[in-house]
Amino acid sequence: MTEPLADRVLKVLLAVAPDIDAQAIVPEASLRDQFDFDSMDTLQFAIALKREFGVDVPDSDFRELATLDRCVKYLATRLAVQPGA
Amino acid sequence: MSVEFRMPSLGPDMEAGTLVEWRVSPGTAVHRGDVMALVETEKGIIDVEIFHDGTVEQLLVAKGAHVPVGTVLAILSGDAHATSRSASAREEPVAAASSAASPVVPVPPPAAAAAESASHPKVSPAARARARALGVDLQSLQGTGPGGVITLADVERLAAPPSPSRAPQVAMRHAIAAAMSRANREIPHYYLASTIDFTPLRARLEAINRSRAVEQRVLYAAAVIRAVAHAAREIPGFNGHYRDETFVPSVPVHVGVAVAQRGGGLVAPALLDAADKTLDELMTALSDLVARARGGHLRASELSLATITVTSLGEGSVETVFPVIFPDQVAIVGVGSPTERPWIVDGKVTARWVLNLSLAGDHRVSDGRAGARFLERVAARIVAEST
Repeated sequence: MTEPLADRVLKVLLAVAPDIDAQAIVPEASLRDQFDFDSMDTLQFAIALKREFGVDVPDSDFRELATLDRCVKYLATRLAVQPGA
Repeated sequence: MSVEFRMPSLGPDMEAGTLVEWRVSPGTAVHRGDVMALVETEKGIIDVEIFHDGTVEQLLVAKGAHVPVGTVLAILSGDAHATSRSASAREEPVAAASSAASPVVPVPPPAAAAAESASHPKVSPAARARARALGVDLQSLQGTGPGGVITLADVERLAAPPSPSRAPQVAMRHAIAAAMSRANREIPHYYLASTIDFTPLRARLEAINRSRAVEQRVLYAAAVIRAVAHAAREIPGFNGHYRDETFVPSVPVHVGVAVAQRGGGLVAPALLDAADKTLDELMTALSDLVARARGGHLRASELSLATITVTSLGEGSVETVFPVIFPDQVAIVGVGSPTERPWIVDGKVTARWVLNLSLAGDHRVSDGRAGARFLERVAARIVAEST
């Protein structure tokens, strides 16, 4: 897989919320403030991330999905300690 | 026995809809719940189901046609006994009309709209609303939709600068304005609120979710909706519709869920038979409903059958919601954000998670005392969900 992690995460996000404008995303800004992301959106995002990366994000780590940047960093860490994923 | 399939009413202020696609053709065998057609409304493209078993005999309305609510769209030969589970007079008008074109449901379009449709080109409701908002003259437009219908895109093309992402929101805002104006005009609201200790439910859901894969997790909204559904079934006067100056109680509890659209607007489709579902079933249904409310393919039944509504503004939002009842319903429950507050337990001040529940009731149907009983029952049901 040569595609950068950030691009893959963005694709997952857009699949979960097709009604957001990809061009408008500010990676370091909260998804809630930018796109009215709610708890259902976050849960669906986490489910889709698991499908794509095999990483099950526990409820206690949901805050790591608050921004695109944070999410990418979090996944990088999780994937590094989970080489089979 | 033939059965008429009509343009449904998907809200008290819907006048007409555009048939954008047939999913059946003459000879197709259909069963109750099958999607017959896709219809464009201000709430987007809706899947319209049939509530009978039968065989399609004739399609009476062409793709692209913009027709009033109640217009017969197709004739089926069918089993008349397999009637609607909706028991909704609006959806299943008595098949008594002799003229196929005349709307049976007595929803006369306003004079302006009627005059317009007589001499003007066919226009989708969303396009009409957008044109009104932008001041675009519909006469000057050539429709590119099926059958020459003027679509939202046609209006957008003429209006500069183009902003396609805003267009559906303008149409939806128009629909919300119409429904909420009617609510404030006709429904004598009263409001009640209670703050409850949410800590036990929160703890229980945390424990459940900790042991589950992400796909199986449950949001507190599902538990609150379930509690409201049970209270609506148990306390009379809050579950049903106010029609023709009379409260018509409903036996099934179909809980409308207000779903915010990104960037503004909302729809409140129903979780059908919410009181009969387990917490997990309700969570699954809620996930599916919210996804379709934002991504398309809501069903006509979901937009027309809600018997009570819940509106939850979500975590980190406000303490209390003062909701407006969706006509023709008679109650709506507002759910504030769970918040950590000082609380007294056994005579000692301690930090607890609390949740504010509010009720807007319809004074034509119930009073504050009954409303208080209803909210108490919701709170008791939330306690029951916590164990």
